[in-house]
Amino acid sequence: MGSRVGDSMRLKDEAGRRQNEQADMAATEPIVEMTDISIEFPGVKALQNVQLRLYPGEVHTLMGENGAGKSTLIKALTGVYKIDSGSILVSGGPRQFSGTADAQSAGISTVYQEVNLCDNLTVGENVMLGNEIRGAFGINWKKTHQAAHEALVGLGLGDLDPRQPLSSISLALQQLVAISRAMVAKSKVLILDEPTSSLDANEVEGLFTVMRRLRDQGVAILFVSHFLDQVYAISDRLTVLRNGEFVGEHLTRDLGRSQLISLMIGKDFETLASLGSNRRRDARESGEQPFYSATDLGRKGSIEPVDIAVYPGEVVGLAGLLGSGRTELGRLMYGADRPDSGAVTIGGKSTEVHSPVAGLATKIAFSTENRRDEGIVGDLTVRENLILAVQARRGWARPLSKREQKELCDKYLVELNVRPSDPERPIKNLSGGNQQKVLLGRWLATKPQLLILDEPTRGIDIGAKAEIQEAIATLAEEGMSVVFISSELEEVVRLSERIVVLKDHRKIGEIINGPDITADTIVDLIASDGAEAQGVEAFEPEPAALASEGSVN
Amino acid sequence: MSNPPSGAASFVKTSVKQPYIWAIAALVLLLIINLIKDPSYLGISVNAVTGDLSGNLIDILRASAPIMMIAVGMTLVIATRGIDLSVGSVMAVSGAVSMEFMHDAGDGSLGSALMAIALALGISAFLGLINGVLVSIVGLQPFITTLIMMLAGRGLAKVITSGQNTSASNEFFRWIANGTVLGFPVVFVIGAVIVALVALLVRRSALGLMIESIGINPKAARMAGIRPVGLLIFVYILSAVLAGVAGIFSTASVMTVEVAKTGFSSEMDAILAVVIGGTSLAGGKFSLTGSVIGALLIATLDKTIVFLAIPSSATPAFKAIVIVAICLLQSQRVRALFSQRRARTSTPRKEAVSA
Repeated sequence: MGSRVGDSMRLKDEAGRRQNEQADMAATEPIVEMTDISIEFPGVKALQNVQLRLYPGEVHTLMGENGAGKSTLIKALTGVYKIDSGSILVSGGPRQFSGTADAQSAGISTVYQEVNLCDNLTVGENVMLGNEIRGAFGINWKKTHQAAHEALVGLGLGDLDPRQPLSSISLALQQLVAISRAMVAKSKVLILDEPTSSLDANEVEGLFTVMRRLRDQGVAILFVSHFLDQVYAISDRLTVLRNGEFVGEHLTRDLGRSQLISLMIGKDFETLASLGSNRRRDARESGEQPFYSATDLGRKGSIEPVDIAVYPGEVVGLAGLLGSGRTELGRLMYGADRPDSGAVTIGGKSTEVHSPVAGLATKIAFSTENRRDEGIVGDLTVRENLILAVQARRGWARPLSKREQKELCDKYLVELNVRPSDPERPIKNLSGGNQQKVLLGRWLATKPQLLILDEPTRGIDIGAKAEIQEAIATLAEEGMSVVFISSELEEVVRLSERIVVLKDHRKIGEIINGPDITADTIVDLIASDGAEAQGVEAFEPEPAALASEGSVN
Repeated sequence: MSNPPSGAASFVKTSVKQPYIWAIAALVLLLIINLIKDPSYLGISVNAVTGDLSGNLIDILRASAPIMMIAVGMTLVIATRGIDLSVGSVMAVSGAVSMEFMHDAGDGSLGSALMAIALALGISAFLGLINGVLVSIVGLQPFITTLIMMLAGRGLAKVITSGQNTSASNEFFRWIANGTVLGFPVVFVIGAVIVALVALLVRRSALGLMIESIGINPKAARMAGIRPVGLLIFVYILSAVLAGVAGIFSTASVMTVEVAKTGFSSEMDAILAVVIGGTSLAGGKFSLTGSVIGALLIATLDKTIVFLAIPSSATPAFKAIVIVAICLLQSQRVRALFSQRRARTSTPRKEAVSA
C-alpha cells in the first residue's frame, strides 16, 4: 500500500469528518477522545497515528480486517498496552489507565468475546461481583440479589433468575450478564469486543435490544464485529482501521457497503490498473490434470462443502472478508483441521488428508496466518525452525547432518533474503517479516507441489511484502501450485490466475483473472451477495453467517 | 555432556553463560563450607591393595547416581511440558520386583541377578508406557496421570512384597551399589554411561529437537508435521526405566527394599535437580548437563547436612533455603535487577537492532 495513497485517503477523510462534525453539533463533547495514538511492538508498528472519538449515546463500530489494530486500540484505551505517543482524553481530561480494572473504575468497561465471568457463581453474584451490598454481618445476599435483579430488569432481562448458576444459561445470556455487570459498575463507556461471533440470530437481536436501550440511556458503546449486516443494523458511526493506520471515521448511514469494504481492505487504484492482468494465463489446455482437486470438501461449523481444483504452476487466490472461511478452507486442504466431508484427489490418486503429517506426505505445505502461535517455535534458532518440517518428514532416527542443515540454511536464508542471516539466532528475535521468510523457507525445504499461504504478507513491512510476493510468482512459474489467501484483495488479484470468492463460510463464486478484473469485481460480488439483507430495515442475519458458532477466530 | 567441549577454556566460556552456573557456584560453596569445618574433607585416599578410591567426594558421586538417573528422565518429560511424579514409586516397584525375585530364587547367582534386573526394568517400562499412553493418547494431564501412578506404584510395590521389607543376598547385585570399577563406584560409572548414552540418543538424533519443539509450541510442531504421541510415550517410558535403574541402585546398597521408604519423595529431588540445572518447568529447551549438575548438587547438599550435623528435623528447611536461593539467582527478574544495576553504573547501551 503506497503511503501516498493513504495520505490522499486521509485528506478525503478529513473532509468527511468535518462534515460529520457538523452533524454532531447537537451532540455534546466526546466522552473518549484518542488522538494520534501510536504503539510499536518489536518489529511491528501496531498502531500509527490512530484517532477514535466516542460520544455518549452512540454505538460506534470499530471496523478492520485481522491485524488492523482493533484489539490493540481497545487495549491502548483500557491501559493494557502503553501508548508510545498520542493522547487519550476521557471526559475532557487526559487519562492513562494502568489496566482493565483501572479503566473500569473510571467507567470504561470491556466485555470480551470469551466472557470473563465466574462459571461457578450465580447470575446475581456475577452481576454484583465487587459491588456486593454489605450489611452489619458481611454481605447481605438478599439485598445483593435484589440489586442484581434490578440491574437485569434495567436491561430488559427481568426473566432471568439471579440465583441461577451462571453455567446453566446460554453463552448469549452470559454475555448480557457481563453487560449488566458493567452497568452495575456505572459504566459510561461499554466496549464490546466481537460479542456476536458465537451467537445465533435471535440472540444477536436480544443483544442489540439491550445495546439500543443502553445507548438511549446515554452510554457510549464501542462495538467490534466483522459481520457487515450487524454493523449496518446497529451502529451510528464507524471508524475504519487498516494495518494499524487510521483510515477514516464515518456516519454509518453515509457509507455504502462496497465503500466500507474497500476502505477496510484498501485499494491502490493505480497499481491495480497496471498489475491487474499480470498473472493472467490463457485458458487451461484441455486434458491437463489438476494437481489437487476436491469435491464437497467441508467441515461442520467451519466451512460448507466446497469444490476446488489447483493446477500445476497455478496460483489460486482465496478471497473474502475476515471470517468468510478462507482460512478454514486452506486448513482443510492441508489437513490442519480434519475434514468431515469431501473426496480429495492429489496427483491423480484419491487420498485422504486428515492431518498435517498426511498433508506433508502428499507434498502439500501450509503456512499459517497465525505466525506466533502456529508457525514459529520461538526459542529455537532460525536453523532449527527452518529444518523442522524436513526433519519431521525424515523421522527422528535420521537426523539431517550438519552439512545438510548448513546447505538448507545457506540456500533459503540467502534466497529469501532473511536478515540478519545468522542461522544460530533464536527466531523470536527476528522481525515479523523475517520470521515469515524463515517459515516460507521451512515449507519450501519440504519441496512441496502445493503451497498454501495464509496471509503470508500480513503485519510485515512493505519491502518484505514485495519480496514474498515476488517469491510466490517465481515459484508458480517453476511449476508449483500455490493457494494464496490474503485479506488484501489487490494482492490476491495481482498474484492469482483464478480467484475463489468466499463469504460467510461458503464459496459464492469463482473468477478467472483477466484484464477487466479488479478488486472492485470481488467487492461487488461479496457486497451483492448480502444485498437482500441490506434493503430490509430490521436486522435479518443470514443463516450461513450464524452457522459459524465461534469458529471465526 | 551433550556437546563435548573442544577445550577447557571454551568449556568454561560457554558454561559461564549457562543458567546452571549458579548451581556450580553453590556446589563449590558447599564444598568450601565443608572444607572449613574439616580441612581434610576433599581428601581422596587410594587403597593400595584394591586400587579403590575413597573419601567424601567419592561418597557424593555414589549417592548422586540414583538422583542423576531420575533427573535425566525428568528433564525430558519436563521438556515436553509434562511432569513425572511417579518416579519415586517406580523406584520402589523396581526395587521390590528385584528383591522379591532374588529372595525367591535364593541362589544368589549372577543369572538370577540379571533376571531380576530385566524384570524390574521391564515392569518399570510398562508403568511408563501407561503414563505415556494416558498423557498422549487419552489426553489426561501429566500431573494427574503421574500422581495416580505415584499412588498406584507405591501400592503395587507393597502388593509385590506383601507389605514386607524384603531382603535378599546376591553378590553381583550388591557389587552394583558397593563395588568399584577402576577405583570409582560402580553405580556412578553405570550412571555416567547411561547419561552419556541418553545424551547421545537425544542430541545425535532429531529427538532432542522434536522434544523441544513440542515443548515450546505444540501447535506449531504439529503443523510442521511432528507427531507428538510417539515422542510423549518415549519420554515417559524412558523416565520410568531410568527410575527403575535408580530403584536398583538404591536397594542394592542395602540389599533390602523398604516399600514405604525406597524412592520416597525422590520425585522432588528429580524436579529440583532439573530446575537447578536451568530447564524451565514450562517446557522447551532442556539441558541434560544442567540436570546432572543439579543431581550432584543435591547429593552434596544431603551429605553436607549430615556432615555439619544439622539436626534431622531441620534438614528439609536447610535444603529448601539453599534451593530457593539458587532458583532466585536464576530467575529472570532477579537477573534483570542485577543487569539494571550494572547498566545504571555503566553507559546506557543501545537496544539490539532488529533488522
